[in-house]
Amino acid sequence: MDTSLEGRTAAPFTMVVELGKVREFAAATKSTNPDYAGDPGDHPVSPGTFLMSAAFWQKPENSPFFGVELNWHRILHGEQEFVFHGTPPRAGDVLTGVARIDRVYEKAGKRGGTMTFTESVTEFRNPAGELVAESRGTMIETSQAAS
Amino acid sequence: MTVAVGDSPKAATFGPLTREMFVRYAGASGDFNPIHYDDGFARSAGFPSVFSQGMHQAALLAGFAADWLGADRVRRFAVRFREQVWPDDVLTCTGKVVSVEAGSQGTIATVELLCTRQTGGVAIAGSAEFLVDE
Repeated sequence: MDTSLEGRTAAPFTMVVELGKVREFAAATKSTNPDYAGDPGDHPVSPGTFLMSAAFWQKPENSPFFGVELNWHRILHGEQEFVFHGTPPRAGDVLTGVARIDRVYEKAGKRGGTMTFTESVTEFRNPAGELVAESRGTMIETSQAAS
Repeated sequence: MTVAVGDSPKAATFGPLTREMFVRYAGASGDFNPIHYDDGFARSAGFPSVFSQGMHQAALLAGFAADWLGADRVRRFAVRFREQVWPDDVLTCTGKVVSVEAGSQGTIATVELLCTRQTGGVAIAGSAEFLVDE
């Protein structure tokens, strides 16, 4: 466990919430909810897990794990959380994302061994600098190879 | 809308899941780990076939909750990944309100959510908060 990673912060990136990607994301998740279906010029709300698609806007240096040696074949995505400080982002919104490693801690595994939990959070702000959304992922490193 | 503790919507089912669905989610989200669309790659990693992205199931569960309580009203959505999900699985999403309390923005309903495989095994355990009254 390397608690010195806590606070490690990546370079900011810009994400545009695009109408076509909102529609594509909704369609890929079998949603027929009209709230996600805008016509050109509309600003429909994005689906609750849409911020995963920030991946399209992030270069390697926008990850707080950039340059960190990790044993990825023993790491599982354990949990994911999204917090919205108001209505979730809408198509047309321009967000600035900053990702950091927030917490590193250990727990005893149910079948013995130790599991290391690493929580990273990406904060999304609007052009006024207001925090509008947070995406928090928890990675779990097992003491045996993940299966 | 009026929401009370114990409220539960009609369950929603998805599937049988197909590889096409995994590929479409990859394109939508940017998760292009080949273990989710390349059977040869998945077998070489020790799996019987490709399996679905955990965030794919999470997105289905988030959509189910949004259809119930309002896409623009979600304020928190969280998931824990349990069992893997495979081609031909049929998923069932269920939920119930566990608390309704005043928050700083208005009344917040907290819901517990489950995405369950046809085996009864839980793929995703989730929770969410919705602003139900401003």
